Amino acid sequence: MIDFETIQVVAIKLTFAFLMVGAVMTMAGYSVLAERKVSAWMQGRVGPNRTVLPLVGSVPVIGRFLQGLGIFQPLADGLKFLFKEEIVPGHVNKLYYYLAPIVALVPALTTMTVLPFGEFTNADGNFVPLILADLDIGILFILAVSSLGVYGIVLAGWSSNSKYPFLGGIRSSAQMISYELAMGLSLLPVFLWVSEPGSSVSSLSLVEIVRAQNSSTWLLLIQPVSALIFLIALFAETNRLPFDMPESETDLVGGFHTEYGSFKFGIFFVAEYAHIVIGSAIFTLLFLGGWNFLPWLDNPWPSSWIGTLIGTVWFLTKTIGLIFFFIWIRWTLPRFRYDQVMNLGWTKLLPLALANLVFYILLVTWLDQSNFNLP
Amino acid sequence: MISQTKGETVTIVLDGEDVEVPAGSNLVDAAALHSKEIPHYCYHPQLSVAGNCRMCLIEMGTPMRDRQTGEPVLDEDGVPKIGWVPKPVIGCATTVSQGMHVKTISDKVTDCREGIMEFLLVNHPLDCPICDQAGECRLQEFATDYGRGYSRYVERKNVKPKRTRLGPRVTLDDERCILCSRCIRFCQEVADDDVLGFVDRGSYSTLTCFPGKELQNNYSLNTVDLCPVGALTSTDFRFKMRVWFLKESPSICTESSAGSNILVSSREGEIHRITPRRNDEVNDSWMTDSGRALYKQVRSDDRLLTPRGNGTDKILDHAITTATNILKDKEIAVVGSCHGTLEELYLLNRLSKITNSKKYLRGYFGEDDGILLSADRTPNLRGALLSGFTNSYPKDNLKSLNNDLKRGGLDAVFVYRDDILNSEVDEELLKGIPLVFMGTQKNSTSDLAEVLIPSLTSFEKKGTFINRSFFAQGFEQAVPGPAGLLPDLLILSKIIEGLDEESKIDPDLSLIWKNLGSPPKSPLKGITFNDVLESPVKVDGSKWESLPFVEKKAMHYLPV
Amino acid sequence: MPKTVVLERKPLSISERTYLPQIATGLKTTFTNMFKPKVTLQYPEEKPRIPNNYRGVPTLVKDPNGREKCVSCQLCEFVCPPKAIRITPGSVPEDEEDRHHVEKAPEEFEINMLRCIYCGYCQEVCPEEAIFLQEEYSSSGYSREEMVNDKAKLYELGGTLPDQHYKWDKKKQAEDEGNSH
Repeated sequence: MIDFETIQVVAIKLTFAFLMVGAVMTMAGYSVLAERKVSAWMQGRVGPNRTVLPLVGSVPVIGRFLQGLGIFQPLADGLKFLFKEEIVPGHVNKLYYYLAPIVALVPALTTMTVLPFGEFTNADGNFVPLILADLDIGILFILAVSSLGVYGIVLAGWSSNSKYPFLGGIRSSAQMISYELAMGLSLLPVFLWVSEPGSSVSSLSLVEIVRAQNSSTWLLLIQPVSALIFLIALFAETNRLPFDMPESETDLVGGFHTEYGSFKFGIFFVAEYAHIVIGSAIFTLLFLGGWNFLPWLDNPWPSSWIGTLIGTVWFLTKTIGLIFFFIWIRWTLPRFRYDQVMNLGWTKLLPLALANLVFYILLVTWLDQSNFNLP
Repeated sequence: MISQTKGETVTIVLDGEDVEVPAGSNLVDAAALHSKEIPHYCYHPQLSVAGNCRMCLIEMGTPMRDRQTGEPVLDEDGVPKIGWVPKPVIGCATTVSQGMHVKTISDKVTDCREGIMEFLLVNHPLDCPICDQAGECRLQEFATDYGRGYSRYVERKNVKPKRTRLGPRVTLDDERCILCSRCIRFCQEVADDDVLGFVDRGSYSTLTCFPGKELQNNYSLNTVDLCPVGALTSTDFRFKMRVWFLKESPSICTESSAGSNILVSSREGEIHRITPRRNDEVNDSWMTDSGRALYKQVRSDDRLLTPRGNGTDKILDHAITTATNILKDKEIAVVGSCHGTLEELYLLNRLSKITNSKKYLRGYFGEDDGILLSADRTPNLRGALLSGFTNSYPKDNLKSLNNDLKRGGLDAVFVYRDDILNSEVDEELLKGIPLVFMGTQKNSTSDLAEVLIPSLTSFEKKGTFINRSFFAQGFEQAVPGPAGLLPDLLILSKIIEGLDEESKIDPDLSLIWKNLGSPPKSPLKGITFNDVLESPVKVDGSKWESLPFVEKKAMHYLPV
Repeated sequence: MPKTVVLERKPLSISERTYLPQIATGLKTTFTNMFKPKVTLQYPEEKPRIPNNYRGVPTLVKDPNGREKCVSCQLCEFVCPPKAIRITPGSVPEDEEDRHHVEKAPEEFEINMLRCIYCGYCQEVCPEEAIFLQEEYSSSGYSREEMVNDKAKLYELGGTLPDQHYKWDKKKQAEDEGNSH
């Protein structure tokens, strides 16, 4: 029997899920705009500033301003993808060819279920996180699901039945495996730190990690090496420059999506940016204190719903800042050569992550033994 | 005039080199034989020498001889001394003599040429952009080759009338005239119609027609070709096309049995003018005005372009098949034409042979002007004789065909180019008899024909004509034919193949020539098409000496 | 000749080998670039400055008295490497007061802009200074036929340019002032 309450909860969760999907997709869409705008500015150009909606455009000052910012560009881009002719090359494996973009996008959207983006105090005085599903093993879930995204790329490369996509797919899977390791290892010290014996928190839940950074310092400052490794691995996992081996348009035409066009390509495109948005959010949660204000400072906002709102906005600000950082890096650094990617992953990052782990094991053990007060 | 044929030669020293030149020739021609150019305007090898342009000034000298003894005077080294004429002499009026020394390149000669060029250009309007001669203008050429390159003349140039009408076909631009008098001499000596002359003096000198006369003889356009500058222009060709666009292809004039050698100037397949080609055995450097207008038939309104066969069928292949079916196994009459080439008439003869048909041929005759327009107004009557199509001299009508039709027994008529209705053949008699017409221009017969096969004009195909002096002259295709049409030879060979598989012959000129020369007594024995294409080949016509040829004595032609 | 200096390449320091400082420098460069003035030209609204001697669309010009300069000598047609120019020559009617002494003028003058390569040979070769490649650089059309500029269009594009010579006027003057016979 399904009682009313369950239905209510499911309904609420569903609503929230749709809202979040909407939010993440919008952010992904506008990340594309940001990408275009920021790259333009960095190259002395203006970027998209032509698209405008008929009525909004005629509003004095604001219309022109929004047009100049290219606010309506993502809409136009999306419509363009939607209305382009569907071209399916004759030599592809149809089933997997259609499946690939979906496989690429779904993990990105799935991981967001365990992403907290704020918290509020309920009537009982307990802190309740704003999250779709507060899993104890949140981070493990994320690691597990997000690495499924690579299947989309590999499938695309393989089902296209053409040499460039195939190379892109191969590169992508090799790159994933290489950096997944370093990524996982770089996260262990974080959990070591927040879950030390005697501490009140002891969980793989992201909420707990954020709470651990409340009124304390950001983990970035305590574990800079972990943060660095995680960040680099994040770049590699999201296939962003300088690690965009699967695509690398200069040597592989378009990499895994060479044979894709119209809306299927659009999905790949959005999936990439959805990965960036989610990745930025995770990094913010893990190392930048989530919705907490600044290191060593109490949140200056009240603990009412206003505080919750400000906290969420603050979290989003950090995330957006990180997205900007992603874009910034892309338009600054050149692409690695494939062997350099492998070299960096296996001979630099992996040992470094191991050493980092050992160091923090020793550190945390020593701290525990000496009962040293955490800063 | 040039007279190299005598075979006697003298040795002259041309720019320090001993060379053999024909005795009696002048220095301009003699130097030209040894690739030395002596620039000239008024001199023309086929006209009398006037010596009034002074462009051909050169240095000349002869070995000195002692006046008393007549012995050669030697210098210290024992070499005969040369007595150079102190002033430059004109090459065109100097006949070569044994031991003569000539300098065509020296400081003095260069100086003379620069001076002459400067004087000629003093009053020249320099309106090359609007001048039809530009591109083939001797004044332009020599100004760049021998001129000083600048003018010291600062005064205002003379202004003269620019559009004087000399005759129906010739327009004079007085400003450009350099008073070389070539046109005057041509009219006096060749055209035998003395109408041109200079009036007034000095810079007022002007070319003009005699009072009450016009330059209207049938050779007037030769003055345009002769004119070394752009003074005389063809009214027909005036402002039509710049000469540097024109592709010149050699061909043969079809106007009369004179067979003038011509150059067909075309651009992108469209003929713009016809000019004579020098051939000292046939037409010197001249041709008739009426012959120049013949190119107009290529794109005229009465040109046949659409095949007709089986009512509305407009496909050439079908028309040919229909024609073959009509002619097959019937008693037919083949009407040939002296406008066909030697090779076409040969195939026509073969066609009549395999169908066992009677052959008919009509001649076209007119006034003989004693120069290049002969009384026989067809280009290839002698070709018809040589091809075996006829043995008798054709009459001015086709009464014999008319009589045969009257007598009955003819099932079909194949007409090649000719207009039989215009040749005293009664239209009534042709009722019920299928008529196949093959030709280029529309006429009353082509209108009547059941099957119509359009073919190509002489500018659009290759072949051979045999002129009044029995010169076989080959010609190449000058312009492409209209889209979809086939050469006459190919059409005829297709019909022959359709009629009789075994008599099939490839429309290949060299093969046809081989066949033409194969009979043991053939006058064409040992001659190939390439030979007649290269230069006219005189064919032995003594076999037909007794025929009543209508041509009168004319340029390079003596009636037997 | 300046002496060639061979610089010794120093081994990379530890911080250099991490590449991190260099990446930071690069990031700084791109960041500062974001705030520098933009070089983009907002094309249809802003037009580029056309330099002197620019070779735009070939046009026919008239002299300051509004008379046709071209005499259809067809040199441009001859020199045109892609064969874009096609002229039908014609003559000036005798009754045209101002121009009959020029005698020749184009009846039709066509430049196929799909063929034109803007080389400027036509301008260079023109003895009458009648054809100029001017500042117009944007020509477009919906059909091939539209891209063939006829005489009227060429004169419309060309307008009038100053003339230094008045070649034909001088000739007419000489005729009028008594050099005539």
